[in-house]
Amino acid sequence: MAWVWFHKFGSPPHFYRIAGRLTPWLAWPALLLGLAGLYGGLVLAPADYQQGDGFRILYVHVPSAWLSLMVYVVMALSAAVGLIWRMNVAHAVAASCAPIGASFTALALVTGMLWGRPMWGTYWEWDPRLTSELLLLFLYLGYIGLRNSIDEVSRADRASAVLAIVGVVNVPIIHYSVIWWNSLHQAPSVMKFGKPTMPASMLVPLLLMWLAFTLLFGALLLIRARGQVLRRERAAHWIREALA
Amino acid sequence: MSELSAHNLHLWRGDTHVLRGVSFALQGGQCLQVTGANGTGKTTLLRALSGLAQLEEGQVRWDGAPIARDLGSYHGALAYLGHDNGLKGDLSAHENLRFGVGLRRSVSASAIDAALAQLGVAAQRDLPLRQLSAGQRRRVALARLVLLAAPLWILDEPTANLDSAGHTLIESLLHSHLDAQGMAVVATHQPLERLGERLRGLQLS
Amino acid sequence: MNAPATPLPAAALLLMRRDLRLALRRPGDSLLPLGFFLVITTLFPLALDPDLSQLRDVAPAALWVGALLSSLLALDLLFRDDGQDGALEQLALCGQPFAVLLLAKAAVHWLLTGLPLVCVAPLAAVALGAPYAAMGGILSAVLLGTLALSLIGAVGAGLTLSLRRNGSLLALLILPLAVPVLIFGARATALAIAGEPAAAPLYLLAALAVLAATLAPWALAAAVRIGLE
Repeated sequence: MAWVWFHKFGSPPHFYRIAGRLTPWLAWPALLLGLAGLYGGLVLAPADYQQGDGFRILYVHVPSAWLSLMVYVVMALSAAVGLIWRMNVAHAVAASCAPIGASFTALALVTGMLWGRPMWGTYWEWDPRLTSELLLLFLYLGYIGLRNSIDEVSRADRASAVLAIVGVVNVPIIHYSVIWWNSLHQAPSVMKFGKPTMPASMLVPLLLMWLAFTLLFGALLLIRARGQVLRRERAAHWIREALA
Repeated sequence: MSELSAHNLHLWRGDTHVLRGVSFALQGGQCLQVTGANGTGKTTLLRALSGLAQLEEGQVRWDGAPIARDLGSYHGALAYLGHDNGLKGDLSAHENLRFGVGLRRSVSASAIDAALAQLGVAAQRDLPLRQLSAGQRRRVALARLVLLAAPLWILDEPTANLDSAGHTLIESLLHSHLDAQGMAVVATHQPLERLGERLRGLQLS
Repeated sequence: MNAPATPLPAAALLLMRRDLRLALRRPGDSLLPLGFFLVITTLFPLALDPDLSQLRDVAPAALWVGALLSSLLALDLLFRDDGQDGALEQLALCGQPFAVLLLAKAAVHWLLTGLPLVCVAPLAAVALGAPYAAMGGILSAVLLGTLALSLIGAVGAGLTLSLRRNGSLLALLILPLAVPVLIFGARATALAIAGEPAAAPLYLLAALAVLAATLAPWALAAAVRIGLE
């Protein structure tokens, strides 16, 4: 039974419809949770005794960083599904993930730099998290670059799927090697924040923001993927009915 | 007896629907001649039959089994000649063949020399392929075809760069191949009527 | 059923001998990456202070950046010729497991472009101020590192097989993946120069090489098949 559902979801007209219906269910909660989280984080939570109000940027930085990684995993998984089961929709999803993931990564980098300015005095430090995010950005750019340079859509899908799978295996390796490298030189890492020591008033808005970002990713993904599916299937019959 | 069959093959190149439901069945001792204007997908069809190009829909079957299931073993029965000869310019004709055939089965130096002689390039045996003319290189590629002794031949414009003597040569090679119950899929505009009732045609449009 | 009569190891050896013979007929091609490595190593003292004790600190960075960049340059040699004259296609069609044949090609490629680096890097290190005692550790590190880099690079070369000669895309694809090799390799080199045991990063490098050897065959075969379409 699950297979029937799986293949149905993989059929472009079904995906187009279901994705269209799901999007508001993701977008509105994302907006509401985001507003709640921002209010909780920017207004309600007490100022950190060490960093003052500057730490509040973590409410955007941490979810972005988390999502930049999660999006890569989703991208690699859907690319693998597309490769193994030859599902066009899965490839469309993978293609849609890339710019979203790259944006989250860039956001994490920028917010990280903005956080760093009052903390370290400079915009850039070779902090393990920032360096990791930078390398992840390069991985996304490489994926997008490879896709763009192959004209034939089906070949671009499959080649970038191989790249995404190789990349996802490497992401933890790169991440840990950067942490290892950084620990050797004992550079100060302002970004570590002990999870158990965070009071609820700080933690709750963070969780809300994380949830909001995840839902936002879902909504953006569905919107982009629908557009991708439309473009790929533009010669097919069901398009006319769907757009009528 | 072996059979090559294609079932409703569809292939797109970008927006172009290149192969539109191509189907055929070919038995041992038969030759399928694929014709069509430039750009109608002859090369694409041959590459799809060889397993080099992926099909959107449809199946190619060898002896009833889809080739995708055991591509290695299908390739063991196939000899493909494309637009490029697949030979190294820095190696001699003899070295090229010793490698190209040796990957599949062991072959003696005398067998290689005999094949080169049959194709009329025995004198060029030890010259680097770079120094041979395009027609001579094509003949070396045809010698590899003969030596591989594969039951299925897939040839894409085999007569490219060949003179009329070469055309005759290809016809006689096909004759002996079909006589030995081999089969061939050939994309060419060269008339092959002399193969008689062993010849089937497929026109792409 | 129709399996090739030639056993796989014999076929792989045949391919390796062919590639070696081809390389020997064009020796210049294989020596280019080595020359490039030496040039880069020379640039560092020119850009900095020629004082050996100061160069010693930069030596790990210079060696490994040089090794990475010359591996990148060397990748051009791996599939370019075979891709252009149709020989790669014939390899895909010969009936032998394609992944193994590609791995054999990558092995010869390493012998021709990576092994010279392994031999020269310790000497280059000494030229940059490293003590003679460090040569052994540096050799091991560069040996493991170039093995891993060859495999990672081969996958990148396979993915960009049919594209217009665009070295920058290949660099963008490979360099992030090569960062762990750089980190562990440079660390092992620095420890060797300082006279301290370099076992930890060397083991990590070995692990990377093993991981690459496990993942690369699948990725290579998949990438090159896609590129051949």
